Amino acid sequence: MPISLTTPLSREQARTLKAGDSCLLSGVIYTARDAAHKRLCDLAAQGKELPLDLKDAVIYFVGPTPARPGEAIGSAGPTTSYRMDAYSPTLIALGQTGMIGKGKRGLEVIDAMKTHGAVYFGAIGGCGALLSQCIKKAEIIAYEDLGAEAIRRLEVENFPVVVVIDSQGNNLYETGRAGYLESQG
Amino acid sequence: MREMTAQQITDVVRRLCMEANCHLPQDMKARIEESRDQESWPQAREILERIIENYRIADAHDRPICQDTGMACVFVKVGQEVHIQGNLTEAIHEGVRQGYDQGYLRKSVVRDPLDRVNTGDNTPAMIYYDLVPGDRVEITVAPKGFGSENMSQIKMLKPSDGLQGVKDFILKAVEDAGPNPCPPIVVGVGVGGTFDKAALMAKQALLRPAGSHNPVPFYAQLEEEMLEAINRLGMGPQGFGGKTTALAVNIEQCPTHIAGLPVAVNINCHVTRHQTEVL
Ligand code: SF4
Repeated sequence: MPISLTTPLSREQARTLKAGDSCLLSGVIYTARDAAHKRLCDLAAQGKELPLDLKDAVIYFVGPTPARPGEAIGSAGPTTSYRMDAYSPTLIALGQTGMIGKGKRGLEVIDAMKTHGAVYFGAIGGCGALLSQCIKKAEIIAYEDLGAEAIRRLEVENFPVVVVIDSQGNNLYETGRAGYLESQG
Repeated sequence: MREMTAQQITDVVRRLCMEANCHLPQDMKARIEESRDQESWPQAREILERIIENYRIADAHDRPICQDTGMACVFVKVGQEVHIQGNLTEAIHEGVRQGYDQGYLRKSVVRDPLDRVNTGDNTPAMIYYDLVPGDRVEITVAPKGFGSENMSQIKMLKPSDGLQGVKDFILKAVEDAGPNPCPPIVVGVGVGGTFDKAALMAKQALLRPAGSHNPVPFYAQLEEEMLEAINRLGMGPQGFGGKTTALAVNIEQCPTHIAGLPVAVNINCHVTRHQTEVL
């Protein structure tokens, strides 16, 4: 049975999640990709205020296709996460507790997750049409000039994710593969 | 001479951009469904089910299958007996511009690799021309996502590395890519030629229908063998474990220099898109 989670995601809640857990996320999440991450970290380095509150926030690494008239958003699946590795530790230290993406993460990110209590969720890459059905509302809150890469505030309902790396550093990419190979003998 | 107008080309390219991004080719669907049936690991099967559900939604609602609607790679075979009135290359870029706008597709191209300002219309397209006999024009649009493109590799092997070197390099590229390119993947391989030719062959190999084979039995067998080897790695769909790491391995080969053995591996995802139209 998937675990139902409602954002904001507290550090305590994040620490209870284990690699391999299937979850359904509801509530508000924020989108950001490479360019937006860079701007957020630049602001943080200058000690300036960020355009969103990172405390207990979940950030979805996604650049959606444009919404058709009458729809909240276009296709919206995850982008590859390692490109955010240079920035995620800073944002985690500022309060972010969840990331949604796909693919491997660097050691510095995993260390920050362990230190502060944060999780890395995977959404199914290449399923943007399906995932967009769980996004009920989308609104650009910063960096409109970045187009698909602008920061959006999304309201999601039962958005399906899997915990890939938990706050202890357990990694489904390792354990899932090992489990399958073991089953093959 | 058969006459054609640039406008005709633009119209076809526009249509193909929208088609390719919203409708997965039948050969890919058949391979994904076959893999689902052969997948014994429950979580892996579940992911393949979601992938199938996703392309069905895309079909039913004319939605992009994936939000990365890619760089538009356009392969054009121009018959020698065709005369095109107007600027062919500009006509193709215009088709991409219109297709990505009217199809609500994502604009993912920056004008310069270092200043990184978005062009806003997904141009320029990456265009490859071939001059062929006849009086027809064949256009293939293959939108290429960069989650998988970024995981591609090329290497100039030594002739003494031989077949084993080629096999090892293909496996290394897939292993290095891991979960990043949205497995299950399609692996395009180019062996031989020059540095650039190997890379182009690897990309063209991705245009072949999944499940088709190289006409040379030796290479057809190598494709089979590599597919099996990759699917023994255990990474599985999304890298969460399972059999289905790859859906197909397509290899293209060509003559090369006495001193060289170039190998290029172009990785594509389960959203391997391409649509062709002949004028
Ligand atoms: S690798 Fe393919 S399926 Fe994954 S996000 Fe890119 S285009 Fe989409």
